[in-house]
Amino acid sequence: MPALRRLSPLLWLGPAIALIGLVVLWPVVVMVQSSFQNISGIGFVAGYNGTANFRTLFDDPNFVSVLVRTVIWVVVVVSITVLISLGLAQLFNQRFPGRRVARWALIIPWAASVMMTALIFKWALDPNVGVINVILHHIGVVKHLGSTQADWLGNPTSALLWMMGVAVFVSLPFTTYAILSGLQGIPQEVYEASAIDGATSWKSYLRVTLPLLRPAIVVATLINVINVFNSFPIIWEMTGGGPGYQTATSTIFMVDLKQGNVGESASMSTINFLLVIVIVVVYLAATGWKEQVDR
Amino acid sequence: MSATTQTVPPLIATPIRSARRPRRQLRTWLVAGAAYLVAVIFLLPYLEMLVMAGRPDNELGQATILPSHWTFSNFTTLWSASAGDLGGSIGTSLEIAAGATTLVLLVALPAAYYTARHRFRGRLGFLLLVLATQMFQPAAMLVGLQREFSNFSWASPTVSLIIINAGFNMAFAVWILNAFFTSIPVELEEAAMVDGLGKVGALLRITLPLAAPGIVTALIFTFISAWNEFLVALTLSLGEPTNQQPLTVAINQYIGEYSVDWGHLFAAGLVATVPVIILFAIIERRVVGGLTAGGVK
Repeated sequence: MPALRRLSPLLWLGPAIALIGLVVLWPVVVMVQSSFQNISGIGFVAGYNGTANFRTLFDDPNFVSVLVRTVIWVVVVVSITVLISLGLAQLFNQRFPGRRVARWALIIPWAASVMMTALIFKWALDPNVGVINVILHHIGVVKHLGSTQADWLGNPTSALLWMMGVAVFVSLPFTTYAILSGLQGIPQEVYEASAIDGATSWKSYLRVTLPLLRPAIVVATLINVINVFNSFPIIWEMTGGGPGYQTATSTIFMVDLKQGNVGESASMSTINFLLVIVIVVVYLAATGWKEQVDR
Repeated sequence: MSATTQTVPPLIATPIRSARRPRRQLRTWLVAGAAYLVAVIFLLPYLEMLVMAGRPDNELGQATILPSHWTFSNFTTLWSASAGDLGGSIGTSLEIAAGATTLVLLVALPAAYYTARHRFRGRLGFLLLVLATQMFQPAAMLVGLQREFSNFSWASPTVSLIIINAGFNMAFAVWILNAFFTSIPVELEEAAMVDGLGKVGALLRITLPLAAPGIVTALIFTFISAWNEFLVALTLSLGEPTNQQPLTVAINQYIGEYSVDWGHLFAAGLVATVPVIILFAIIERRVVGGLTAGGVK
């Protein structure tokens, strides 16, 4: 029965396709549709709105600064994460007693919910009694507890820097592990050959290890770009994007707009989604997805 | 390059072999020391949760690193209705995580098996779709998700969260299971079929047990990410009674407008975090391969 045979893939893949359709594809349609609708605060659709939502968004005085901040947020967090992870992967690739246990500690920020980690740092930065401030006070960096100097999260610049630090902290485990698995794929003979060539360890790292690590670094970087771009809990818990929108990225901005102007929020969401598409296309091209699935 | 080859002093290492061993040992301990230091840095923030949860209320306002007394009262009062009824939230989170995990397995197992064993038209298209969905996160389409699922009168917030978490974690499961099924030789199944097991029998008795490590990894990974998910949970369960909200949302009840109940917050945080850290440690070594979809090799 050839007709039945042709249908059998659908039988096996159908549920997966249905789930993707329901949870990933259909929401995109609804989102884009909403961005052209006039929607009241409680979600009532009052009709087609043309490009009014997008014009409101583009005219919003916060729009450009939020976008610029998002780019800075992503570039700074991802590049620092990858740099530190290269070092950590090198360290954890060495043989030493207790390596397994040490690696377990490394995964904790990955396993724990990012929201919880953000709340720990919010507490630790409390201007009066937060443990980071208490320590900084002991070593003389913070002159007075409870002062504006100790109120790191009250000042947009220092708040953003601390939140970038937290974002790097929670991104390190995955990135380090991805680079570690790249390192383990490099055959030992490659190092021996370069040692015979008389390369110092630093030189052989730059000339041999790094080029061979390229695929791992590319994948880890792009996955991080997407994660950090979509990152929500850190900023939401630590500053809520404030004061004003001075520490908000586009994801925070979109969620916040949703409470007042659903249409404008949908427009912001649509733009975010287009940016993610661009990143995904770059990802698929860079990783050569066809070779992977054609194993 | 040839110039550097010639300048290598050829026998520099051999005469002092005995002196090299302690040096190598020293190097190993330096490496170990650095790694332990890093491990402690990664551990410290979570130990701080323990310090805060164990700090008596009257010491919350003191600028000290460690409390002078320890208390367990935050852990015991956590379950009372006045301090949040954490049991209800844990139940909701368990429902969501277990539901999403089951759904992912039901949907991903057949898809992964079929794409690993058969070449057919549309196979590449399907795998590309899966790979692409792995890159999309709910945050990028939150408005659409919220508006779609608020229209479904049949779906309670819990049911909606089960479906959404399953949808966004299915790609990882398909990917890792596909790799496992591909690595199991077809001949094993065929031999079992010759021995009288049917096609289904061979699948159930031979292939699935061999793919068990992959299945466990996919299970635990989905469970953890559904358990930890915050943004969609916050969006869909806002307005529900706190004991029916998932843990990540319910924990925020300790944050008031003017004051934060840090003791209960971190006691609840520990209850929510410790189990998933243990689960994650079990699958630690296999997760990267599935997440990077074979790109890291």
